[in-house]
Amino acid sequence: MARLTDNYHKLTDHGPFFYALLFGHAIVILLGLASAYYMEHNGHYVTGMNNQIVWGMPHVFAVFLIVAASGALNVASISSVFNRLAYKRFARLSGILAISLLAGGLAVLVLDLGRPDRLIIAMTHYNFKSIFAWNIYLYTGFFVIVGIYLWTMMEKRMNRFTTIAGYSAFVWRLILTTGTGSIFGFLVAREAYDTALLAPLFIASSFVYGLAFTVLVLITMCWTLGIQLMDKEFVTKIRGLLIIFTVTVLYFTAVQHITNLYATQHHGVEGFLLLYGGSFPTVFWLGQVAIGSVLPMLVLAHPKIGPTRQGLSTASVLLLIGGLSQMYVVIVGGQSYPLDIFPGMEATSSWIDGKFGSYIPSVPEVVLGVSGISLTMFLTGMALKVLPFLPNPVAGEE
Amino acid sequence: MSNIRDNDIDKARRQFMTGAVATAGMTIAPGFMLYTAEARPAGTAADPKVRWGLLIDISKCDDCTVCVDACKKENGWQGHRGDLTDAQWIRKVDLKDKNTGVKSSLPVMCMHCEYPPCVDVCPVGASMKRADGIVLVDKHICIGCRYCMMACPYGARSFVHEEVHGQKTHLPRGQGTVESCTMCAHRVDNDQIPACVEACNASGREAMMFGNLRDPNSDISKRIAEISTVKLRADMGLDPHVQYVNF
Amino acid sequence: MTQGRHHFWKTMAAGLLILAGFVLAGAPAVAGDVPVPHPAKAAKGEKCVAPIPEMRRNHMNLLKHQRDDTLRKGIRGNPFSLKGCVDCHAVPDKAAGGARTVRPFCQTCHSYAAVKIDCFSCHTGKADEDKTALKAMDNPHKVTARLQDYLKQRSVVK
Repeated sequence: MARLTDNYHKLTDHGPFFYALLFGHAIVILLGLASAYYMEHNGHYVTGMNNQIVWGMPHVFAVFLIVAASGALNVASISSVFNRLAYKRFARLSGILAISLLAGGLAVLVLDLGRPDRLIIAMTHYNFKSIFAWNIYLYTGFFVIVGIYLWTMMEKRMNRFTTIAGYSAFVWRLILTTGTGSIFGFLVAREAYDTALLAPLFIASSFVYGLAFTVLVLITMCWTLGIQLMDKEFVTKIRGLLIIFTVTVLYFTAVQHITNLYATQHHGVEGFLLLYGGSFPTVFWLGQVAIGSVLPMLVLAHPKIGPTRQGLSTASVLLLIGGLSQMYVVIVGGQSYPLDIFPGMEATSSWIDGKFGSYIPSVPEVVLGVSGISLTMFLTGMALKVLPFLPNPVAGEE
Repeated sequence: MSNIRDNDIDKARRQFMTGAVATAGMTIAPGFMLYTAEARPAGTAADPKVRWGLLIDISKCDDCTVCVDACKKENGWQGHRGDLTDAQWIRKVDLKDKNTGVKSSLPVMCMHCEYPPCVDVCPVGASMKRADGIVLVDKHICIGCRYCMMACPYGARSFVHEEVHGQKTHLPRGQGTVESCTMCAHRVDNDQIPACVEACNASGREAMMFGNLRDPNSDISKRIAEISTVKLRADMGLDPHVQYVNF
Repeated sequence: MTQGRHHFWKTMAAGLLILAGFVLAGAPAVAGDVPVPHPAKAAKGEKCVAPIPEMRRNHMNLLKHQRDDTLRKGIRGNPFSLKGCVDCHAVPDKAAGGARTVRPFCQTCHSYAAVKIDCFSCHTGKADEDKTALKAMDNPHKVTARLQDYLKQRSVVK
């Protein structure tokens, strides 16, 4: 019960390691900005993207981070909505990480636009039929609601509103990820998408990514401060959650593919993604399934390694690799299968007809994507220094 | 402020209309076609009672590319990289029936759907359908997100991947925005037919027909009434205004 | 507390320095170092589509209003078109290898006012020298005449 009165602290007593981290991330952010400038200055022909693969690596990273953002709020939601006290200590960190992840993802998304200088138009012109336009509201709303949620947690006089703010944030994040999944789910034109399943699949994925990011930030802070922030009970709980969430993602992925496979007309696209489609089957089976789901589950399930911090952090890294692989297959793989404009015909042209998309990401677009993660980490790091987001170390453990 | 140009043309139009028997279209000179039933005075907006459409007769279409070349020339989207970063507003697709092996060739461009998914998904409303059914991109506000390209089932749209020089006066194009076939709106508004149709006619093939689908007396409507047309991806219910015959 | 005050003074000092910089840099400019621009007269046409003070103040709004009318509603032939600006105000431009462009005309004032315009990343600023294209709206009288000729031939109009 001591945890109820646990205090929080600002990040002050850290060594040079923390500054080195911030510096490293700042460098990557600058490289990302330079990449964005390079892409905008020359035009998108300098990227691997083209008129068939219109969304590439920046979108893989951006969607990955945006999905992770809503998942990062998990820990806070569990404490406020489901009243689990073990999670309460980490609720503030969970909130600020969620905001940072969303900011990182959106920055990448925006910097990849053909006309990023016209961003203001996205705020002044709305087409309310567009799921994209709804998402603009969902994203800004997320910042506001999570911001208020943090305020109710951190300001004593506001504490009585924490529960209501927590509920609002929880509902909002579910809607937000539904919206993100629907960006693809609503695309009736492409066989790899066009399914309402993408919404719950993205929600399940968000649980995994967000929790994995939370774990990694916590463990980095433990290293930085040389203290222990997570107690055994919390480690065990997170271990269980990560396994459950990963199984859920695998379940939805399997259902999505099996549903698609049931219709013979979709065997082409499924065969492409799962068997013969160049890099995509490899990224799917090796990246998402083997390295990104099965391996971390084995690590977590191991009776010795599983319930340790090392086990947790190893699994989290693997899960994030799996997450990026998953986004790559969904986003790039889905576009690479040719549009079926002429069923029953072999189509060829000087354009995209009958061709499998070829996408070789260029360095700048990958750097831009990675810089989104760095921006997230930089923002989180700065926030931890400015306000007391971090829980005090657990007593009685080394 | 009154506009001399408008008044003049209005007067001409009125004289013209009082005497004119409504006919679907008449050729003044090769390539200059008048659609008297639809002719619209300068200064007035596109008519919601009009639906511009194309009918493409595949049996008259061989592997020539005059329509593509004419479009490039008219609208100035000639790329020079030779890969999929080049724009392509209209393309020739060669088809081979998987069962019979019968080969055919046909042009594919923006289908100017009645229910265009590109317009649905555009976050800023840059993708838009004019009152007369022509689907356009408002490049003044397009932010270059390419969601419309994800949504289009016909692969009809291009993203401008590099800086553009030497644009046509009537057709602005610019890096970082999305573009596609405009059904030659600048010509249609001047009572001319789209450049591809004009070129196809001039080549003697006459595989393409342009006109108002909502005017039962237009050539295109009469022809469609006689035959059964094919709409690409009809299963999606988008009601494309470009239709094919003799598939 | 002392630390905070120290910080305050540093900020103040920096602020004063910047202010001084502005004053020093600004003084000659106020004295008229940068001459007020006098854009060249139009290459053709006798007067503009609206009085000059109105154009100077409002050309951007007129253009923007008409661009939406033309593109979104399909209204053609109204006077405030960018193409119309180019037609009259294009002058030989060294930057374009001597071709007639509207750039010098626009740039004269826009660089003075430091207002960046985004028209010509898409629109061509070059005058359309292509006389072979039928430009009906440029010349409504020609079209009207052509129409009437045709109709007379067909004896629709007497």
